[in-house]
Amino acid sequence: MTAVRRYPVLVALIIAALFMVLPFGIVAINAVKSPAEYSSNGPLSLPHGLYLDGLKDFWQRVDYGQKLVNSILISGSVAIGAALLSVLNAYAIGIGRIKGRTWVLAFFVLANMLPQEALVYPIYYLSKQAGLYDTRLSVIIVFTVVQAAFGTYLLSSVLGQFPREIIEAARIDGANKWQVLWRIVVPVSRPTIGVLLVFFFIWTWNEFLLPLVMLISNDNQTVSVALGVLQGQRLMDATMTNAAALLGVLPAIVFFLVFQRTLTRGIAVGAVK
Amino acid sequence: MTATVERGGEVVRRQHSRTARPRRPHSSYALFLLPGVLAFLAVIVVPFLMNTGVSFTDWQGVGSPKWSGLANYRELMDDSEFWASFRHSLFMVVAMAAVPTALGLVLAAALFDFVGKHFGTKIAAVLRACFYLPQVLPIAVAGIVWSWILAPDNGSLNALLKAVGLGSLQRDWLGDPDFALYSVMGVMVWVQIGFPLVVFMAGLQRVDPQLYEAAELDGAGWWRRFRHITLPQIRPEMYVVLLWCTIAALKVFGAVYVLTKGGPGGATDVPSYFSFTTFFEKTQVGYGAAISTVLTVIILVLALIGLKLQTRAEDAEEGLRA
Repeated sequence: MTAVRRYPVLVALIIAALFMVLPFGIVAINAVKSPAEYSSNGPLSLPHGLYLDGLKDFWQRVDYGQKLVNSILISGSVAIGAALLSVLNAYAIGIGRIKGRTWVLAFFVLANMLPQEALVYPIYYLSKQAGLYDTRLSVIIVFTVVQAAFGTYLLSSVLGQFPREIIEAARIDGANKWQVLWRIVVPVSRPTIGVLLVFFFIWTWNEFLLPLVMLISNDNQTVSVALGVLQGQRLMDATMTNAAALLGVLPAIVFFLVFQRTLTRGIAVGAVK
Repeated sequence: MTATVERGGEVVRRQHSRTARPRRPHSSYALFLLPGVLAFLAVIVVPFLMNTGVSFTDWQGVGSPKWSGLANYRELMDDSEFWASFRHSLFMVVAMAAVPTALGLVLAAALFDFVGKHFGTKIAAVLRACFYLPQVLPIAVAGIVWSWILAPDNGSLNALLKAVGLGSLQRDWLGDPDFALYSVMGVMVWVQIGFPLVVFMAGLQRVDPQLYEAAELDGAGWWRRFRHITLPQIRPEMYVVLLWCTIAALKVFGAVYVLTKGGPGGATDVPSYFSFTTFFEKTQVGYGAAISTVLTVIILVLALIGLKLQTRAEDAEEGLRA
């Protein structure tokens, strides 16, 4: 293929890629405009100077710091808890090869595909009975289990191919199952567990329906819920909307840049298993 | 540090003498499954059974549910709102599974086979990252971004149309019942496209480059290589992506909540949003449970068919290789 024909394709792809990131750019330039500038020049003009009061106002009005803390606390606990639960389940299924493991695995897969709509009302009702309604703990418990369903499925197939000789050797040396798990299986599977931790964290961060139902007080809400509820109330003016969008986008971009490698590798692993 | 190691060694030695008796190989591994199984019973199985049970009752969320048999389901059959929500689900499947898979295939092949080869893998990786970025965004945030871009007054899209002289095309993208569903679909394509792209690009790395080289030597153009090498080689990935995206499309909730709240006039209502409002706004819990049960059955049937097709495809492939 000649160079003359090569470039149009590249240019077309670059334009498509720019179109994908364009919304982020538009949000960024409008979040730093003053309301007066926005209303006189519209959304497409470049900002004259940096107007940060909109961001500051929004931050204080919704107590964004608290929302970030809630999101980090919930997503972090879920990531660790779900990874732990996945490891235990997958150890029994993938390495222990317990009886009926195909059925157990099928059960976890189907549990993972279940729509949350079919669980949300009973969870809401039961957590009210148990005094856990509107607590971060309730959301942590539910998502630890929901995410572990996927983790069990993925990790079981990875551990199913774990070299048996290593385990046999350790058993002959007298290590019990618990020691084999923590000293051999977990360290060797660290890359896969790392992928799971990153995925669980981001998925939980992005969850919407259950946190929306379970976390009603301002002090407990996550970033996603707080922003979604504000948007749903249609009370925000343009500057505030942009401040909200920018502050919501920033953590996602940070995760993306930090975890890019893990993410793309992880999706590939997850899809072919 | 040494102390720990020594203590560990001691434990190991003590254990050794105990394991001398014949051990049953499988039984004690089941203990590792215990916490998981208990947690699943409490958080998924019990609520799911409760939900299914409630769907056969008349219940407002307080007092005790009144058994009503199949009444809720019979009512669903005559409920035009219910049918509309599932019809919109089909549109969501197009926007979240069919279109992203098709576009993802072409983009993945172009990025991998063309940009990667002629301009370096670095450029291909950067472009891939741009397409994937919306996938890590919370849907609530994506919704805020887009509802502001699509806003009728001073929204960026309308401003852009005006700036390029297409002012007559301006409209209330999310507020016009004739356009709202298509606008939501457009946003969902934007959200979803990164997932198939990344999966397909990873799949293409498996394909033997010699296949492409041989085809190129034989004079096969890009399109023929795409049809006869790329497509058959990444068929397993296509099954997985289509299945996952279809299920995600049937479950879509956050986007509808943030962008349109199902409106205007129910024009963008989907089953999960319909069940949510029935549960928590109308507090017709029994009816809401029936909606979500129907949704669950559809998803589980699709999942089982998908998994079956996938294993059959894998078996067939192994048969070919053997």
